[in-house]
Amino acid sequence: MLINSKERIHPHMFTLWVSMGSVIMMFAGLTSALIVKKNQSAWINIEIPYQFYFSTIILLSSSGTIYLAKRFFNLRNMHYFRMLSLITILLSFFFIVNQFYAFSVFENNNLHVFGRNSNGFLSFLGVTALLHILHVLGGVVALSIMVFKAYYSSVKTYSNSRINILSTYWHFVDILWVYLFLFFLFI
Amino acid sequence: MSSTFSDHSSATLVAPHLLDDTHHEHHHETFISKYVFSMDHKMIAKQFLVTGIFWAVLGGLMSVLFRLQLGYPDASFPWLEDILGKWAKGGHITPEAYYALVTTHGTVLVFFVLTAGLSGTFANFLIPLQIGARDMASPFMNMLSFWFFFLAGLVMLSSIFVETGPFSGGWTAYPPLSALREASPGSKSGMDLWIISMALFVVSSLLGGLNYIATVLNMRTKGMSMTRLPLTIWALFFTAVLGVLSFPVLFSGFILLIFDRNFGTSFYLSDIYVNGVGALPNEGGSAILYQHLFWFLGHPEVYIILLPAMGMVSEILSTNARKPIFGYMAMIGSMFAIAILAFLVWAHHMFVTGLNPFLGSIFVLLTLLIAVPSAIKVFNWLTTLWRGNIRFTPGMLFSIGFVSLFISGGLTGIWLGNSALDIHLHDTYFVIAHFHIVMGVASMFGMFAGIYHWYPKMFGRYLNNTLAYIHFWITFLGAYLIFWPMHYEGLAGMPRRYYDYSIWESFKQFSDLNRFISTVAMIVFAVQLLFIANFFYSMFKGRKLLTQNPWNSNTLEWTTPINPGHGNWEGDIPEVYRWAYDYGKDGTEFISQVTPIGSSESTH
Repeated sequence: MLINSKERIHPHMFTLWVSMGSVIMMFAGLTSALIVKKNQSAWINIEIPYQFYFSTIILLSSSGTIYLAKRFFNLRNMHYFRMLSLITILLSFFFIVNQFYAFSVFENNNLHVFGRNSNGFLSFLGVTALLHILHVLGGVVALSIMVFKAYYSSVKTYSNSRINILSTYWHFVDILWVYLFLFFLFI
Repeated sequence: MSSTFSDHSSATLVAPHLLDDTHHEHHHETFISKYVFSMDHKMIAKQFLVTGIFWAVLGGLMSVLFRLQLGYPDASFPWLEDILGKWAKGGHITPEAYYALVTTHGTVLVFFVLTAGLSGTFANFLIPLQIGARDMASPFMNMLSFWFFFLAGLVMLSSIFVETGPFSGGWTAYPPLSALREASPGSKSGMDLWIISMALFVVSSLLGGLNYIATVLNMRTKGMSMTRLPLTIWALFFTAVLGVLSFPVLFSGFILLIFDRNFGTSFYLSDIYVNGVGALPNEGGSAILYQHLFWFLGHPEVYIILLPAMGMVSEILSTNARKPIFGYMAMIGSMFAIAILAFLVWAHHMFVTGLNPFLGSIFVLLTLLIAVPSAIKVFNWLTTLWRGNIRFTPGMLFSIGFVSLFISGGLTGIWLGNSALDIHLHDTYFVIAHFHIVMGVASMFGMFAGIYHWYPKMFGRYLNNTLAYIHFWITFLGAYLIFWPMHYEGLAGMPRRYYDYSIWESFKQFSDLNRFISTVAMIVFAVQLLFIANFFYSMFKGRKLLTQNPWNSNTLEWTTPINPGHGNWEGDIPEVYRWAYDYGKDGTEFISQVTPIGSSESTH
């Protein structure tokens, strides 16, 4: 088989790129749906609370930690790799918790994301953010498995394709959130 | 025997008694790992095909049942009550059952049969075999793709048996019928199951599509450049790209629908008044929004269904006309154009929804543009046939039938693509006639062509030819007899999806025609059962294949052993030296892709 020759992209990395196209289309569908709906009746834009800025910073810093984790993996420094991976996972949990906290701010101000009398803008934000959280969780599960293996597996793997694919996905999910954040900020 | 093998310089020579053997495979295969949770692309293809056939029978049977109602609205069929129970009280199909049948027929045929059954079968079967790969990029994902499809089918099947019946708001599942439980009996748990099933189906087709793209781009054998690929592979590749980019949008539409159904949001629902419920508390939602999201998939879906048929037909026409395909690059270019345009025409399904007429005119233009690549393809098929040395195999007949149906159905697309004509024609039988001919029956013909052509490769046996010819002629004539008259009904303004036309003064005149259509539909359905009998009988008792390359074809799948094991080729994968269409070159009838270029030959 001709795959895995040096100059070619790893087939799993390639599959990841195609599936990122797929994920982009899903979120593009949601955000363009918002644009269509915005031009119809009963539309009120809500200001984004500052908690979402925090979320963005947390998620972006997790991009930084996974980048460093990858660097240390390539340097065969497994101690730092494991530590930075754990920090990345922790940061993503902070992110998720903070996202829910940010939504509770709306509810405290008597603005409803879902349910009766919910605001259309917030419903869109809620659905989009939930779907995004699911994508973050997907990355967390994959990274956790990798870290778990790095701690407990008797077979040591030094192939960097997994961490490369994982960190690419991680950066993608971060950029996706930045896009969504800016979209909801300025729409 | 040996003379057959000598055509293929790189194919391994093996004694016939070893052809059934999979001795190059090292792992032991149990029944479960070989036939159930198989990761062999050929077995997964057969799983898709058999599941697709199951759904085709069920979906077809549903159309026979509602055609009974349409053709014989006054007659009573006591046996219907025996099988359908309360859904056919007194031998009459109830209106609820009628709408449920129409809806399930549409969903099942479009998604389960013509998407999963068609591209699931042939992308899985042909991509590794024709590009020279041992399997898909990710056999595991491939297996998951089938089992998600199977699960989707199981959920859809279960919806037929719930007390309130399956979803009955049309295969497009427009809100409010799909968003409001109270809107109709089918909108209750039937719709829950419908949407779960479709979500599983989207996952299945994404897993499959990702795999097809990765395989075509990464796993071609040595010498198999993109422009040496058979057109089947190009078609299946574009199909996968369309699916991967458009199904997620449908998915987002479904997610919003789920929130409207279950969590009280107002994406699609507004303060409308519903009989029996009163005014809804929702505010500001728009059903049109769902239509945008739905048709952004819905239109590419048409080409997801049609492109694999086009690809297979190109291959089969060329092989059996013993001529190179006319305009190979033009074929790729036109498929590319179709794939691009597929994303830019969705609003032509929405001309009469209050769409801005100026926006409509842009969609008219883009829609009519599709006629250009379509015409190029038709021209190329006809010129491939022109002065060919045609062998009328069953696969070839179905391919020619496909071209005929594609022309007939495509021409009416030019009518419907006009927003002005659409004011009169929308939601009439003209639309039904158009899309059944161009998308439904044409793709079905592509599928039949593929099955007849590749059956020997799948099962090492031939289908019975006599039954195949009976199948072809009755289906071909029947398809025209069923759908051609519908054009006239549609032009006269007869709306689709009505339960009984005999009570309408304007449409009473068509009662004889409706009875005629229903009668032909039943005959055509019966002939499909003949095909299925042929399919399963020949699997065990059909004439055995004695040569590797029964059609004297150039493509790589015919260089594998008659019954290839997991891994397809014994020994090395053959290298490719030429394109797939060297038929009749320099007086040689056919030159396989694995034959090196001779010294006095031009290359492709």
